[in-house]
Amino acid sequence: MTFPPIHRLFDALCALSLGALLFIASPAQAQFRVDVSGIGLNQLPIAVSTFRGEDSSPQKIASIVQADLERSGQFRAVEASGAALDESSRPDAPLWRQKGADSLVLGSVTRLVDGRYDVRFRLWDVVRAQDLGGQSYAVTPSDLRLAAHRIADFVYEKLTGDKGAFSTRIAYVTKLPQRYQLWVADADGENAQSALSSPEPIISPAWSPNGSQLAYVSFESRKPVVYTHDVGSGKRRLIANFRGSNSAPAWSPDGSTLAVTLSRSGGSQLYAIAANGGEPRRLAESNSIDTEPAYSPEGKYIYFVSDRGGAPQIYRMPALGGSAERVTFTGSYNISPAISPDGRWLAYISRVSGVFKLHVMDIASGSVNALTDTTADESPSFAPNSRLIVYATQQQGREVLMTTTLDGKIKARLTGQNGNIREPDWGPFQK
Amino acid sequence: MIHLTRGNYMKRWLLVFFATALLAACGSSVKLDNVPVEDKSGTPVSSETGSGSAVEKRGVTSVDIEKSGSQGAVPAGAKIVYFDLDSFVIKPEFQTLIETHARFIKADKARKVAIEGHTDERGGREYNLALGQKRAEAVRAALGLLGAPDSQIEAVSFGKEKPAVPGNDEAAMAKNRRAEISYR
Repeated sequence: MTFPPIHRLFDALCALSLGALLFIASPAQAQFRVDVSGIGLNQLPIAVSTFRGEDSSPQKIASIVQADLERSGQFRAVEASGAALDESSRPDAPLWRQKGADSLVLGSVTRLVDGRYDVRFRLWDVVRAQDLGGQSYAVTPSDLRLAAHRIADFVYEKLTGDKGAFSTRIAYVTKLPQRYQLWVADADGENAQSALSSPEPIISPAWSPNGSQLAYVSFESRKPVVYTHDVGSGKRRLIANFRGSNSAPAWSPDGSTLAVTLSRSGGSQLYAIAANGGEPRRLAESNSIDTEPAYSPEGKYIYFVSDRGGAPQIYRMPALGGSAERVTFTGSYNISPAISPDGRWLAYISRVSGVFKLHVMDIASGSVNALTDTTADESPSFAPNSRLIVYATQQQGREVLMTTTLDGKIKARLTGQNGNIREPDWGPFQK
Repeated sequence: MIHLTRGNYMKRWLLVFFATALLAACGSSVKLDNVPVEDKSGTPVSSETGSGSAVEKRGVTSVDIEKSGSQGAVPAGAKIVYFDLDSFVIKPEFQTLIETHARFIKADKARKVAIEGHTDERGGREYNLALGQKRAEAVRAALGLLGAPDSQIEAVSFGKEKPAVPGNDEAAMAKNRRAEISYR
């Protein structure tokens, strides 16, 4: 975490209530349904000016960039309408300071003769009147959103020092009556493409470490069976279809192995299977439920859920098997472990007073924070930069996906789909 | 990999699976839906400052699974065992049901049956899958005690994915904590 200059803190405090409200209500956002709640203290005020030529572009680039930055919790949007500027303009820095911005994004989007779009932008530090660099991309119309996410990544990394994860992908499942669909979408939930459609449930999608495949559990043969699925080609591979139930796939960080839960010998027990298929190798043997394996990012441990102590708790053991140690000690129902890619945090779901809430533990100290005020949280998954968690929950009786910062201060609902959305898994950085 | 033969239903599924695999091997098999038609890759263009970076095309090919067929004849009478909250114990009132099915299974050595465990909607999907598995295995064990061969019975779980009735009141949830005896 970097500490912003004192004037930024002051600005953030002054605009505490106004900033977020203004931009949720801003008419420019009408067609892009960003829904950010909560206020952070150290947010960087940034103006993202409407890109020149956006009126005739299928995607409103500035709105997408702004929504990405707001969702990260690290930025507060400053009103930028009416400025007829682009990446070649030199902005009037004192004017933008007056509006409360520390940084400014200017750009343009131009249709090329071959049907592609040329997207250009430049980032300005208006405090120092300094050009922080820019980029341009020539993209097909379907990749305009991706270009916008790349711009947000550039801005995020320049201004926070951390790598942005806006141009990554998430997988999730939607449920309609008699129809389950597995989707691959942008990290903001938009631009979803269907990877699998089935009359039977699909659960537990998990991205391979290189982002090319999903492992998941499909009930299409009227029992839970584990598949891997190349999302580019649609080619599927049956990984675990043993007697009983087959579930909870988790990739080893090197992509070579899947940890799974099998009941082939009675009870739900942990096994490892080569990612290209083969005979499972038992990882542990207990008389209890062992399930929901999750590798630590360096591959040393498998975290998992077990009720060996009488109630479900999170444990960890060496990745090749061995004696387990208990990790969660508060509460009587702790499930669905997810380890942050930087190895610092454990996100999980804890039942507290009969309701299910997302918690995050600082693994080094063991200290735990509840992050939400919802009651049916499920399936947490970290962004590849470890700065956000996506999770499923319910709002007004509907299943929705939310992102939250690790301090729980900034949450956003992902709005790319109507209907019931569940089972999110955040994919890796793309090469 | 173990493939269980489960009558016509399973055979049909195996056919569908192998046909799909075969076609996939030929290159362009699966039913396509929402397939991106653009095939041009983004080309990075550098502006005066800063470096250009490629924006790659990221297509996703869709796979569509057809609705499965129906099952064969089943014995008359009830085939659902209900459980108490957090319980895997088969209550005495279901003993007659268990006995009926044990007799039926024993009488037809070719008959395959799946015990499908279910939970109510509270809690995580995977943990509920494991809880449903415990219920299914409890029913399988009870059938086994009455002489129904283990080789004919597969215990599987649907967790909370297939509630019998909608709703989240206690009456609905009691109907969903169950194991269904399903002939295949």
